[in-house]
Amino acid sequence: METFSSLADGFAIALTWQNLLLALLGCFLGTIMGALPGLGPSNGVAILIPLAFTLGLGATPSLILLTSVYYGAMYGGRISSILLNIPGDEPAMMTCLDGHPMAKKGLAGEALSLSGIASFVGAFLATWGLIFLAPQLVKIALLFGPAEYFALFALAFMTLGGVSSTNQAKSAFAAALGLGLATIGVDTQTGVPRFTFGEVHLYDGLDFLVAIVGLFALSEVFIFLERRHGGSDAEGRQLKIGRLYPPMSMVKQCTPTMLRTSFLGFLAGVLPGAGASLGSFISYSMEKRLVDKENTFGTGDPRGVAAPEAGNNAAAGGALVPMLALGVPGSGTTAVLLAVLLALNITPGPLLFTQNPDVVWGLIAALFIANFMLLAMNIPMVGLFTRVLMVPSRILMPIVAMVSFVGIYGISGSSFDLVVMIGFGVMGWVLRKLDVPLVPIILGTLLGNSMENNLRRAVTIDNGNWWTLVDSPLAIALWSIAIIGFVLPLIVGARVKAKMHQRRDEEGAISD
Amino acid sequence: MSDRIFGVVGLLLAIGFAFSALAIEESFLSDAVGPKAFPMIIAAILGLSSIVIAVRPDAEPEWPALGRLVEVGAAVVVMIFYAELLPVVGFVIATAFAAAYLAWRLGSGPIESVIVGIGTSLGIYVIFHLVLGLSLARGPLGF
Repeated sequence: METFSSLADGFAIALTWQNLLLALLGCFLGTIMGALPGLGPSNGVAILIPLAFTLGLGATPSLILLTSVYYGAMYGGRISSILLNIPGDEPAMMTCLDGHPMAKKGLAGEALSLSGIASFVGAFLATWGLIFLAPQLVKIALLFGPAEYFALFALAFMTLGGVSSTNQAKSAFAAALGLGLATIGVDTQTGVPRFTFGEVHLYDGLDFLVAIVGLFALSEVFIFLERRHGGSDAEGRQLKIGRLYPPMSMVKQCTPTMLRTSFLGFLAGVLPGAGASLGSFISYSMEKRLVDKENTFGTGDPRGVAAPEAGNNAAAGGALVPMLALGVPGSGTTAVLLAVLLALNITPGPLLFTQNPDVVWGLIAALFIANFMLLAMNIPMVGLFTRVLMVPSRILMPIVAMVSFVGIYGISGSSFDLVVMIGFGVMGWVLRKLDVPLVPIILGTLLGNSMENNLRRAVTIDNGNWWTLVDSPLAIALWSIAIIGFVLPLIVGARVKAKMHQRRDEEGAISD
Repeated sequence: MSDRIFGVVGLLLAIGFAFSALAIEESFLSDAVGPKAFPMIIAAILGLSSIVIAVRPDAEPEWPALGRLVEVGAAVVVMIFYAELLPVVGFVIATAFAAAYLAWRLGSGPIESVIVGIGTSLGIYVIFHLVLGLSLARGPLGF
C-alpha cells in the first residue's frame, strides 16, 4: 500500500500546469522525432537535454519532458513504418513487416490506430511493472558494496555488447573508448591531471553532454550529407489514412497478443543491454511462432502490427527499471536519460528512491499521464504527424544541427566545446560506417568515473587486495552473468543478430 | 581492409593511451590503486579488441566516393568556422550562414537555402532567446 501512497504523491507533483505542459510538449516532439526517419529516441532526447538543462528546469520537470519524448518516439516510430515501409526509428523496424502490407491493402488507418492502442497497452503495463519491480531491485541493490558495483558496471558493458553489435570486439572497443574518454581530466581521488596534455579546458574532463550530442545528432547530419539525401521519404507517395478507429473485432483478436508481448517486451527491456529493438524483435518472433497458424504474418496480419508495437513500448518502460533502480541503463536512450540525471547532480541508483522520492514518483506519475496524452495524440490526431513526414531532410537537418549547437553553446558558452562536439560528430560518423556501436561509448563516458571510483574504493578498503573484487557471492554472481552475457551471443547470438540486422544499415550503430 | 586499418589505428591508440597513462605524475597522497591502474586496464581492453578487429575483419563498409568525402569534410570546416566565429559575429548572422550552407549542400536551391538559413536562425533566436530566455552568443550588433 506504501506504493500507492507514493504514487499518489507522485501525481500531486506531476499534476502542475508546468509539468503537464512539459509532458504535452515532450509527447508532441517525441512523436515527431520518432516519426521522422533519421531522428530516433536517442538522438531526439540528446538534442533536447542541453536545452532542458540551460532552461534551468529542475530535475523532475526535465525528466518529465525527456521521458515523454522517449515514450513519444516509441509511439511515433510506427507511423513511417506503416505508411512508408521505412522505420522511423530502430525499434519500429519490425512494425514494417505487417504494418506496411496492411497499409497497401487500404487499411493504413486501422494499422495506425491499432498500433497506437498496442503501444498504449505496452507502455501502460510496463509502467505498472516499473512501479512494482524497481523497488524490489532497489532492495537488492542496497546490499551492493563497491566491489559489486564495479561488477555491475562491467556486466552492463559486457551484456550491452552482446546485442548492440554483430561484432563483440567492436562493442568492447567502443566501451573501452568511452571509459578512456571518461578518464580525461583531473583525477578525483588524488588530484593529478590525466590525459589533459596541458590543455586547461580538459581539466574538468570532457562534458558527456557534448559527446552525446556530437555522437548522436551531428553524426546523423554527416550521414545525410554523405548520401546527399535531401528529399523527404514521403515525396510522391500518397499518405492516405482512411478510417481512424480499428473495428472492435480486430482489437479483440489482438488483445491476447498485446498482453503477451507487453510482458515479454518488458522483460527484454529490464535485461541489461537489451533495449526496445530487441523487445519488438522477440515479441514479433514469438507471436509469429505462437499464433501464426495460417501463415498470415508478413502479409498484413493485425497481430503482426500489435505485437512489435506493444513489445517495444513495454521494453521502453522496462529499460527505465535498471536505470532508475541501479543507475545502470540498459539501452541507448536510457543512457542518454542517465546523462540528464548526472548533469543535474542526481545520482541514480538505490538511494534515489529514498533521497529523491519526488523525482522517481513524479516521473512515474508523469509517465502515466504522458501515456494517455500519447494515446489521444496518436489516434485521432495521427493525420497531423503524417504531414510531418513530408518535411524534406534538406530543411530538417540544418535545423537539427543548429539546435544541437545552440544547446551546447547554451551550457558552456565556449567555442572549444563546440569544436569538441564537431570532433565527436566526425568520430561518430566514421564509427557508424565501421559498424562500431555508439551506445557503449556513451555509457563509458557516463559511467567511467563511478566505475573507477568503485574499483579504487573496493581495493583500497581491502588494503590493496585486488581479489576483493570477486570475494562475495553477489559479486561472483554478477561476474558470471557478465561473462555469460558476453560469451553467449558469440555462440548462439550470431543467428538472431543477423536477422535483426538484416533490415538496417548504419542506423544499427545507435540502436536502442 | 577498412577493419584492418581501423584495428591498427585502435592498437596505436591503445599504446599511446598506455604510455601517457604511465606518464601520469603520481601524487604523494595516493590511494592503494593510484590514478594509473584503471587507464592501464582500459588500454589493455582497447588493444586486445583492436587486435581482434584487425585479425578478423567484418565485411567492407560502403565508403562514399571521394566527392562525398570532400562534402563531409567541407561541412566540418564550415562548422568549425561557425564555432569560432560565433562569439565574433553574433548568433543570428553566424547561424543564418551555417544553416543556409547545410541546406544548400543537402540539395536545396539557392533561394530555398537562404530562406531556410534565415528562418532557422530567426526561429531559434525567437524561441530560445526571446521566449525561453536562453543566452546566445552576442555579436557586435547585439544579437
